[in-house]
Amino acid sequence: MLELHNGALNVPEILARWYVSEAESNYGAYIPFVGTVRAEDGIEGLSFDLYEPILTSWFDAWVAKVAPLGAVLKMAHSRGDVYLHESSYIAAVFSPKRRVALETIDAFVEDFKASAPIWKYDLKNGERLYALDRSTAIVGAGLLGGTV
Amino acid sequence: MITVEFLGPIQKPVLSMEASTLREVAEVLKQDPSMAEWIENCAVAVNDTLVGSLDTLLKEGDKVSLLPPVCGG
Repeated sequence: MLELHNGALNVPEILARWYVSEAESNYGAYIPFVGTVRAEDGIEGLSFDLYEPILTSWFDAWVAKVAPLGAVLKMAHSRGDVYLHESSYIAAVFSPKRRVALETIDAFVEDFKASAPIWKYDLKNGERLYALDRSTAIVGAGLLGGTV
Repeated sequence: MITVEFLGPIQKPVLSMEASTLREVAEVLKQDPSMAEWIENCAVAVNDTLVGSLDTLLKEGDKVSLLPPVCGG
């Protein structure tokens, strides 16, 4: 399940809803990861653009990848502005076994940071500034310049 | 005619052009000074699938998308 929300995520509502949705599915582990906007470098918040078609296909590929392990992934992300101490990102995995869940959430969140088509901006002094220095080029980037 | 869309922080409107391969699109974009900072760090998708070759064939109505460096979460 992939959810896209305008603005900050309602963390308690999402975590509880996901928990209830799988409460009787006989999973032994539910591991959520909640990303929170921190105060640093004078920002007032963060803002996000996302590209839904490729984000959806990326997520669907992960769902298919972990299905043979018995794992289920859920993810929620914000579009637009999210302010300090609010959440813009929740990922969660359910699985029968603890080890699968721990390894899956680690690999999923790392690949999310490197591959999911989402662009982050700092909200600072009334401006929306692309966070290039914290961004990662997608594998295969540079094709147009002939560098791959 | 194909279209080229620029995602995220690239502030450019959708471009329409005649091109039969991705290489032709690259040659056009390399002539655009406003694209200089993006050519080397963007991934490329055709019809919403990431591609890895400039020899990728394009046909009428195809959509080429440029994806700059990402940072979700």
